[in-house]
Amino acid sequence: MSIFVDENTKVVYQGLTGSQGRYYGLLNRDYGTQVVAGTNPKKAGEDVEGIPIFASVADAVSATGANASCIFIPAPGVRSAVMEAAEGGVEFIVCITEGVPAQDEAWFYNDLQRNFPQVQLLGPNCPGIISPGKCNIGITAGHIAKEPVDGEHNVGIVSRSGTLTYQALYELKLQDIGVTTCVGIGGDPVPGTSFIDCLERFEADPATSAVMMIGEIGGSAEEEAADFIKSSMSKPVVAYIAGQTAPAGKKMGHAGAIVSGGKGTAAAKMEALTAADVRVGANPTEAGELMVEIVRNL
Amino acid sequence: MDLFEYQGKQFFAGFGIPVSAGDVVSDVDDAVAVAERIGNYPVVVKAQVQVGGRGKAGGIKLADNADEVREHATNILGMDIKGHTVERIWIEEASDIAEEYYASFTLDRARKLHLGMLSAQGGVEIEAVAESNPEAIAKIWIDPVDGLTEATAREWVEAAALNPEATDGAVDILLKLYRAYVDGDADLVEINPLILKPTGEVHALDAKVTLDNNASFRHEWDEYEATQERDEREAAAHAKGLQYVGLDGSVGIIANGAGLAMSTLDVVNQVGGSPANFLDIGGGANADVMAGALEVINNDPSVKSIFINIFGGITRGEEVANGIVEALNRVQINSPIVIRLDGTNAEEGRAILEPHLSESLQMQPTMLEAARTVVALAEAR
Repeated sequence: MSIFVDENTKVVYQGLTGSQGRYYGLLNRDYGTQVVAGTNPKKAGEDVEGIPIFASVADAVSATGANASCIFIPAPGVRSAVMEAAEGGVEFIVCITEGVPAQDEAWFYNDLQRNFPQVQLLGPNCPGIISPGKCNIGITAGHIAKEPVDGEHNVGIVSRSGTLTYQALYELKLQDIGVTTCVGIGGDPVPGTSFIDCLERFEADPATSAVMMIGEIGGSAEEEAADFIKSSMSKPVVAYIAGQTAPAGKKMGHAGAIVSGGKGTAAAKMEALTAADVRVGANPTEAGELMVEIVRNL
Repeated sequence: MDLFEYQGKQFFAGFGIPVSAGDVVSDVDDAVAVAERIGNYPVVVKAQVQVGGRGKAGGIKLADNADEVREHATNILGMDIKGHTVERIWIEEASDIAEEYYASFTLDRARKLHLGMLSAQGGVEIEAVAESNPEAIAKIWIDPVDGLTEATAREWVEAAALNPEATDGAVDILLKLYRAYVDGDADLVEINPLILKPTGEVHALDAKVTLDNNASFRHEWDEYEATQERDEREAAAHAKGLQYVGLDGSVGIIANGAGLAMSTLDVVNQVGGSPANFLDIGGGANADVMAGALEVINNDPSVKSIFINIFGGITRGEEVANGIVEALNRVQINSPIVIRLDGTNAEEGRAILEPHLSESLQMQPTMLEAARTVVALAEAR
């Protein structure tokens, strides 16, 4: 099994006619994802390599039965694109776009919570999600992920960082460990999906035996995840926190990755996770080795 | 993006928040002219630097007449405050203060709601108040969809136990401050102190504003952008559109992805080295971006060796390798380079790099080994 998306997920791409949306939408289709539609109000009736374009998400949903959307719309349009997807009837929205204003994120996060509680938003500013062998939505290179194997111990991954997510997928593949689902939640201040949302589902997913969690400095999401792991998880968790040596007050590329006033430090996060019996690696390689050790001993 | 105090006050004034009459200048004669135009002594001469502790450093002075303005302006302009050179001063009418309060809005990332903080104990470090007397800060959490209503603002002011005389003025300012925070696309707006004058008016005596760079597309922020304090290296990288943060060490870092770049800093530190910078070249890693990144690193005199750490995802190893080779042909590099290339088609990429390897261009299979090599090279020079 997998979490959030599987072989039955049908995806509409908002921004499929743009260069990024087209490039990744077609790559995702090549991977095997059911890319059923794209949207562009000015190009309804046209197609992108056989994928039909509709004027709106609602039109795409009623014509194709799409139940997920992937957003490649430039940042200024993201707020309305997210709401269009929710109103259009999809239940899973993946927003790849980076550079979305925090005020917009805070607004649509809370609007979705209140008016569309059944909708799960992933991102913005995230690499997307892949359930290897079933569905790949976003910008992850599908071939670096190993499909889960029935009867063996497979791992779930949840990460705030893009490249480190790929690194984790790749190291597990080299060790011949399958991945059920890899979720990139993104590094923005108001992520639609949290570590806890993913941990909860991995705990409930019978195919997932252990979870790899990759965090970053800034915010308190890792500390909250540690509390959840302590109280509600039976499966082993391995973690790595990037930015252990980042100086205070410096923004490190992601809107989220900033340490201020001694809060959100890597040390505090690692301590909280260790206290929740999470094995914490000092670097990505060590985290990979810890995961291998755990899986081999299950 | 942090604003200077004078920019913060102009930003607040744009939302109707009462601030002291004043102006910003960068030379002594202009300072005197502004004071004379205000015409109501004493005036305050304030150093404009983005660092705390200006007052203690002698960067804030009261002037009773034009001669004193001249004297203080002369002393403060060019002054060094914790490594920041004062290039501008703000001259404003001095205010009579009956009481000092604190007010701010920011995002509570854990609750995913806006957080408003209001305290009757202003004028001091709010962190100190939060530590010693947390009940002295009245907090409210605001759902962005609802916004801040006047009724809620009034209850909040009452909960903070400000002087009842300040209630109406405080409610008015808080509603405007919330608009400045939301419509102005700020990550933080803070007034400390928010003052009650003996005449009963409420007034923002200081302004701290951090704007959300992601929202620049819907604002006119060119002037703020132009006055940002950046070191030379950061300015050069910014001009090339690179995500760069200058640090104090000797190992230049180039990586693709913010997480991997941070992770690279960690590993370099873990093997006893010290990074000269954080530099994220993003996913593509083509020759243009790589050449630009190498130029920025190469111009940093403190760099003794360079670590290129690339993990190929969608961008394949051979594209990355060709990008590196082409960039090296374009830029004359002064320091030895260690490359770690992994991920998609890493072997093909390494094969492309192989013929170019030398003492000054090495390749290592893992992050850890590459870090050890690059740190040893930095120490040997």
